Amino acid sequence: MIGQPSVKPRSKTGGIRLSERTWGYLLASPAFVLVGLVAVAPIAAALWLSLHRRLPVFGVDEFVGLWNYAQLWNDERFWAACRTTVYFTVLSVATELLLGFGLALLLDGLTNGTGKSTRWAQVMIIVPWAVPTVVSAQIWAWLYQPDYGLLNYLLHRVGLITQPIDWLADPDWAIHAAVVMDVWKTTPFAALLLLAGLKTVPRDLYAAARVDGAGAWQQFRHITLPLLMPVVVIVLVFRTMDSIRVFDAVYVLTGGGPGNSTETLSIYAYKTLFQTLQFGYGSTLATAMFLIVAAFSSLYLLLLRRHLQEAA
Amino acid sequence: MMDWFRTRGWALCMLALVGLFCLGPVLWQAVTSIKLDEDLVRLPPIIPDRATTVHYERVLFQSSLGQSLVNSVVVAASATAVAIVVGGLCAFTLARLPIGGKPVMLGLVLATSMFPPIAVISPLYLLMRGLGLRDTLIAVGLTHAVYALPLAIWLMTSFFRQLPGELYYAARVDGCTPLRALLMVFLPLARPGLAVAALLVFIFSWNEFMFALTLTASDATRTAPVAVALFPGLYEIPWGDIAAASLVVTLPVAGLAALFQRHIVAGLTAGSVKG
Repeated sequence: MIGQPSVKPRSKTGGIRLSERTWGYLLASPAFVLVGLVAVAPIAAALWLSLHRRLPVFGVDEFVGLWNYAQLWNDERFWAACRTTVYFTVLSVATELLLGFGLALLLDGLTNGTGKSTRWAQVMIIVPWAVPTVVSAQIWAWLYQPDYGLLNYLLHRVGLITQPIDWLADPDWAIHAAVVMDVWKTTPFAALLLLAGLKTVPRDLYAAARVDGAGAWQQFRHITLPLLMPVVVIVLVFRTMDSIRVFDAVYVLTGGGPGNSTETLSIYAYKTLFQTLQFGYGSTLATAMFLIVAAFSSLYLLLLRRHLQEAA
Repeated sequence: MMDWFRTRGWALCMLALVGLFCLGPVLWQAVTSIKLDEDLVRLPPIIPDRATTVHYERVLFQSSLGQSLVNSVVVAASATAVAIVVGGLCAFTLARLPIGGKPVMLGLVLATSMFPPIAVISPLYLLMRGLGLRDTLIAVGLTHAVYALPLAIWLMTSFFRQLPGELYYAARVDGCTPLRALLMVFLPLARPGLAVAALLVFIFSWNEFMFALTLTASDATRTAPVAVALFPGLYEIPWGDIAAASLVVTLPVAGLAALFQRHIVAGLTAGSVKG
């Protein structure tokens, strides 16, 4: 804030004169009040609830300290949900990043040098992004339907399967069915961000590399990839955090089943809270999730620290 | 030249495949929605030789989906209004006014956007119940507004920052209060940026499921995604009705996204890449 002229507040109406700084706090406060009330206070309340045994149905509400956390440690279902969440996250984020990168390179290659925009192609791939998650779950549930689903029909037609597969009833298939749905829904986001990044790479670099005899792979390896690394990191972080928190897509597609084979952390916590109505233990699960995500976020904020300071 | 044609032709083929992957599932849902019930359980043919609008009539006039769509419009519109007004004031401050602790504030805003919704859902439910707001559109709209605030603030801060600071000082010297400077000088200039932020908040709210599911309990307050998820099937799943409902719920946001695709991509990029 160098060279900022000092401004004398002057009110025509002769009302109360407020300093610039006071105005700032005044204008920013509604946002922080709302965030405090609807986001920060509930987090604190969840922490508090997690120290209680609270079963409204039985009128139970007692302070139990860290007892819930001890139970969590020995809860096989919690660890299973952790494993499911990690498996889902790693598989879907890796696939989305690879596919998204391929798609971005494809779109970039099509416009390269021709100056023509790929507007219609971008419109096409933004559709899955815009489809409500719940709707995409219903769309895929119908595609996966064992008897009249399109997927089984097509696979049968090309001779890949002889018996229809009940994708969502088989514990081994169900989680992968959920991954495919997630990949369909979110690859566009990755592709569009990466495409925007690709557009900022100076074309002269490629020309220079070609003059020096670099092939397509070498150009990619030594120019595109290093320059795009910041965008790749951001896509990775955003997608990873979304995946860890995944709820609606899987909840509507499989409800966490069959068995608990697709039960992610969010689904387990949700069921504990609102189906078995264990507000204390459910809050413990939720808090554990919050801590996991917070660990990731702080890592991310650390990466972004420079940006934040610049921005401020 | 030949080489160029070959690679380009190859690329276009790949693009066609991508198109099939992206649009295919939605198109299949569209085909399903106009199939007669007896054609739904027959495959082949993939494209039926007869069509019906019975599923659309049923979901629009004989189910609560119509009410849910109205609810969704009310919720998404009010969440957008609150997020833009409250977020706009905050963004303007962060962009232009000399207050301390801005990195902390921006960090807090960003951290909020990373909260897993599940971590706040039970206290939020208890809070809304305590305020007598459970099962009201106000509870859903307010929650959506707050969880869209980080995105809105982040975007609008960067838009306000792109406007020349001299404008602000000129307005102040002319006797405007900071609020007046925002309303009379900045707002008209930042309108395109605000529109992008509003669009993204609207789409977020329209699609949101977990808060809407938890905070509502009746047909009168359910939003459209909740209605689609809980579609009633008495004996078997009504796939035709679900398909019709899916398309009706998707059309507004998919249309907005396709229409403003360039702005949305710009907004998403500004929100995440540029920082």
